[in-house]
Amino acid sequence: MHFTINGQSYEAEPDIRTSVLDLCREHLGLTGSKKGCDHGQCGACTVLINGRRVNSCLTLAVMHQDDEIVTIEGLGSPEDLHPMQAAFVAHDGYQCGYCTPGQICSAVGMLDEVKKGWPSHASADLTDVSFDNSEISERMSGNLCRCSAYPNIVDAIREVADQSGDEALKPARQPAEAGA
Amino acid sequence: MFGMGNTNSLKMDEPQPTSLLDTGAQQVIGKPLDRYEGPKKVSGRAMYSAEYRLANMAYGVLVGVGTGAGKVRHIDADAVKSLPGVIDVVTDFKHFIRNSGQGGETKAPTTGVEEVAYFGQVVAIVLGESYEAARDAALQLPVDVEPAEGRWDFEKHKHETEEPPANNIPAHQSKGDLDGAMAEAPVTLDVTYTTPSQNSAAMEPHASVAYWDEGKLTILGSYQIPSKDAQQLADALGVRSSHVRIISEYVGGGFGSKLGISPESAAAAIASKQLGRPVKAVMLRQQVFDATVRRSNTEQRIRFAAGSDGRLTGIGHETLCANLPNEDFFEPTGIGTQSLYAGENRLITHDLVRMNLTLCGSMRAPGEAVGMIALECAMDELAEKLEIDPIELRRRNEPERDPMKDVPFSTRQLIGCMEEGAERFGWNKRNPTPGQVRDGEWLIGMGMAAATRSNLIQNDSAKVTLDAAGHATIETAMTDIGTGTYTVLAQVAGELLGLNADQITVKLGNSDAPPSAGSGGSWGACGSGSSVYLACQRIREELAKKLGVDPDAMTLKDGQAIAENRTTRIAELAGEGIEAMGEISPGKQKDAVTQCSYGAHFCEVGVNRVTGEVRVRRYLGVFSAGRILNLKTARSQCLGAITFGIGSALTEELVHDTRNGKAVNHDLAEYHVPVNADVPQIEVHFLEERDIHTNPLHAKGIGELGISGAPAAVANAIHNACGVRIRDFPLTLDKILGALPAV
Amino acid sequence: MKTFTYERAGSVDEAVRDSSAGGRYIAGGTNLLDLMKLQVETPDKLVDISRLPLDRIEEREDGGLTIGALVPNSDLAADPRVIAGYEVLSRALLAGASGQLRNKASTGGNLLQRTRCYYFYDTAMACNKREPGSGCSAIGGFNRIHAILGASEHCIATHPSDMAVAMRALDAVIITQKADGDKRRISIHDFYRLPGDTPQIENVLEPGELITHVELPAPVEGARHLYRKVRDRASYAFALVSVAGVVRMDGGMIASAALAFGGVAHMPWRNPAVEAALVGKAPSAQAFEAAADALLADAKGYGSNDFKIPLARRTLIASLRELTGE
Repeated sequence: MHFTINGQSYEAEPDIRTSVLDLCREHLGLTGSKKGCDHGQCGACTVLINGRRVNSCLTLAVMHQDDEIVTIEGLGSPEDLHPMQAAFVAHDGYQCGYCTPGQICSAVGMLDEVKKGWPSHASADLTDVSFDNSEISERMSGNLCRCSAYPNIVDAIREVADQSGDEALKPARQPAEAGA
Repeated sequence: MFGMGNTNSLKMDEPQPTSLLDTGAQQVIGKPLDRYEGPKKVSGRAMYSAEYRLANMAYGVLVGVGTGAGKVRHIDADAVKSLPGVIDVVTDFKHFIRNSGQGGETKAPTTGVEEVAYFGQVVAIVLGESYEAARDAALQLPVDVEPAEGRWDFEKHKHETEEPPANNIPAHQSKGDLDGAMAEAPVTLDVTYTTPSQNSAAMEPHASVAYWDEGKLTILGSYQIPSKDAQQLADALGVRSSHVRIISEYVGGGFGSKLGISPESAAAAIASKQLGRPVKAVMLRQQVFDATVRRSNTEQRIRFAAGSDGRLTGIGHETLCANLPNEDFFEPTGIGTQSLYAGENRLITHDLVRMNLTLCGSMRAPGEAVGMIALECAMDELAEKLEIDPIELRRRNEPERDPMKDVPFSTRQLIGCMEEGAERFGWNKRNPTPGQVRDGEWLIGMGMAAATRSNLIQNDSAKVTLDAAGHATIETAMTDIGTGTYTVLAQVAGELLGLNADQITVKLGNSDAPPSAGSGGSWGACGSGSSVYLACQRIREELAKKLGVDPDAMTLKDGQAIAENRTTRIAELAGEGIEAMGEISPGKQKDAVTQCSYGAHFCEVGVNRVTGEVRVRRYLGVFSAGRILNLKTARSQCLGAITFGIGSALTEELVHDTRNGKAVNHDLAEYHVPVNADVPQIEVHFLEERDIHTNPLHAKGIGELGISGAPAAVANAIHNACGVRIRDFPLTLDKILGALPAV
Repeated sequence: MKTFTYERAGSVDEAVRDSSAGGRYIAGGTNLLDLMKLQVETPDKLVDISRLPLDRIEEREDGGLTIGALVPNSDLAADPRVIAGYEVLSRALLAGASGQLRNKASTGGNLLQRTRCYYFYDTAMACNKREPGSGCSAIGGFNRIHAILGASEHCIATHPSDMAVAMRALDAVIITQKADGDKRRISIHDFYRLPGDTPQIENVLEPGELITHVELPAPVEGARHLYRKVRDRASYAFALVSVAGVVRMDGGMIASAALAFGGVAHMPWRNPAVEAALVGKAPSAQAFEAAADALLADAKGYGSNDFKIPLARRTLIASLRELTGE
């Protein structure tokens, strides 16, 4: 089978049952994406497929030979960190680090979703999203963090959103609605 | 301990009035530095155990039984061996681990899997050329178990109790006459709280990659205490401990579940030996719930005898908890109660109920995590009964000395934490009458609770080498499980040796390195950090000798040694290199004073008056834990611990089917750990403190402090919000619903 | 996961032809692969339909919307036409799963997702849905997430979808193509089956029948929409109880009401008696109570889910208040 991952071409002969996650981890030496549950219940395996964040454990490698896959390794390296990666370091958006690649890929995909105007369960008005912290929290709830760096993860994403200067990523002018 | 020529040993018999951390010129200690290994973690370059690929490696998937008690009659390996890609089915009734090891043990845990003691017990490992082949065969492997009646219903068996031997603390302690105090007191409280089974649910499943090389076993695995885990495993396999090496460079969370060895370790080792190939065994998430360790459920009776001013004359904390037959661990719920509040008449007991369910062992803050729920909720009930502010009630019961042991506290700022927290949180805006504050559909309330966690060190050691380039390397078997060890050790060494992080290499997690008590019990940073301190102290002495001055007269900064107006490069002084070992061990200070970290939690919740759903709106914690070694990582540890507390209060419960012992909700979809949306932007503050009794760092443990009392703060807030006092955790909406007014 | 043969279908006709007995369609795969990993589902063949041209949302002349079966949940929820005319559907979708799962899960697959019953998920446990006649482990066991309506002594499972509940409130029509090439229109009200004594049969689809589209009728003008989901944590959890409502007011009276319920039954639940208690009436506590009475008249708890009965009552009443502006 033939794959395009992080802009590179890969050949592999995985089992027909091999997930995109196990393709990366077991066949291609791309161990950055993590297996936390193997059932789409934790988000640690999140990668970007054609720019969309997905759980790579719940999709077959064989079905993605025509797609562009981006994993955490493709976002940046220790010498050349992606802004989201750098923000996670600065804000301590991690502890044990196991959920971290999934968090970062998810956050990158999520910001694109907001820029596309996609609302969330936290949006009071589905046509006009105020991208405040409750939006970040809701949209990132598909990435479990047991060490719980959640407040720091929100801060890291907020910083990247603010730095982008993008209108769609600006927080609400009013304080976020409490309790809901 | 290694016999080394250049060893600086310290037994904590005496207080340490001074610390080199206060006279260092590098100014890195305490600072909120980014994690040493941060760039690796965020770019996916940090290697966790299951990520190692060895030549000719086979994949192993464990097989757990689908029966809750009995005896294995037959495992039909032939039924699956012909499946494509399947190499073999390996089982070893005698040596496979039945119950995981407990933290700190060096002897083997309970082995022998022909007898089935609980649902999901691991009895075999299937080996395949691929993960998919092994998993397929493992799910299909017929395991015939002759079933037996098991003890799966706690309620049914809870009157059949036994007093266990001491473990962490004595099982039964008493002082004075509690019954008498209860009879005489003007005000009494007698309430029972129950907490459920819980699971650490670290994001990285238990994993071991095993290979043998000329009779020596290496395991690349996820372990909190490699030094002791290697010994546990060696004993379990019947090999010399010098022949087992465990390497855990990065651990994807432990929270107690990886303190001792689990079934996949022995299974991987035995299979690897049999096959003559490396074997990677990674637990399926369901197996982590079934076959590693759980926090026991508890039933805790709290009795208070008090004057009408709230001063306690009697405290009773009696607990029922569970464990498998022949396992002595009990959840030490009374550990915080021992010294938190004054009151002459005291009874603190723990009794075990034998259950055929997953092993009970340590999970973050064993004891305080659930014991403080009962204690701190009961204090809130007492405060309400007496119409005294909850903080004032605790103030009135602040002991001057340890009320059980009658020794001083080393340092204690509980009152300071409560007062600072109250001020920052706006506690004076709280309406003490429940059910008075609304925000649309939400009933709003505030609650608080005290936090305490005992502080200790274990024997620990580290080697520090200063090389000819002036670069320092730290080596110890200590681990970083997200706790920040890499960074904190580099800061200690950096402060003492005048080096920045880029001039320091930290090597962790290899059991062949100087032994360490590992990550657990909040003793890690203090024990390991002290070892590094002592080693660096010796290196400073060597450097000073070379300069011909007293160490006190020498300043190390930015790779330079400054003394008597001369500046010399440390690299130059290091010559061919200087190596030193640091060793620390507990001593008389452990009992001469009572050592704990303290804190206070403040929580605001909304309770939905239609559905009973609870949302945490605001949360603030103030903590005092001696010198804070790194403000950033310490704060994060508290955020994480508080979040465990929120989960404990509101969502976490591992349910076992009473008919067969099956862990019903054994995955991350149905065992509800908090998600991002469950957790507000928690605030954490620290009070400045130095403790000269604990260790030369003047620090205390911080990793578990934040969970102590947190669930009670949430529960007390719920009560303030809607007047409902629920004593059965977690406080799910169905328990609140019945007490809400009609909609 | 048991092994299988895999084919990518080049067209709908090809897909339907290739899907023999034992073969399953795979689109997003988020439910099917989950179950295959546990060998709850063991298809011999997977027919990959994920690239078929069924991913459009189109407006019809009658004012309704036709949704391709492969439209992902995210795209459906974010579509301006869905938000404008069918807000309950958008809200329901956004309340479900996680961003990652919504990006992959398809409309058709969401309708067909299987129960989350803990015992269904464990092949070591007796389950009439997995193995007819073997028994129901949930009855007498831990059944917090199970049904209070329409269940039987053979099965008390619930359908976990949020989207399907909204679609039931919207009177969706499911368009299929059968193995013999014929096309079918199936009202969502006729699509699902109660467990009865055949809990292994969840809907009326025939072997090889492929959902190609879902049609929504023209939106109810001036209606208020609501989807309220009650669950055990703030996000990323299935519904304990949910309410989907589309209510139109006229002159202070309830002119029309469509109410569907999740978390309570083997299918998204809708009971005309609930709506009959409301239509033509002025909003009032009595009317709302009557609607709740109608909903829960035959409700039955199984020990761990008894709370769903008062929860459903309270959630419905609060939802009706919001929908009627009361």
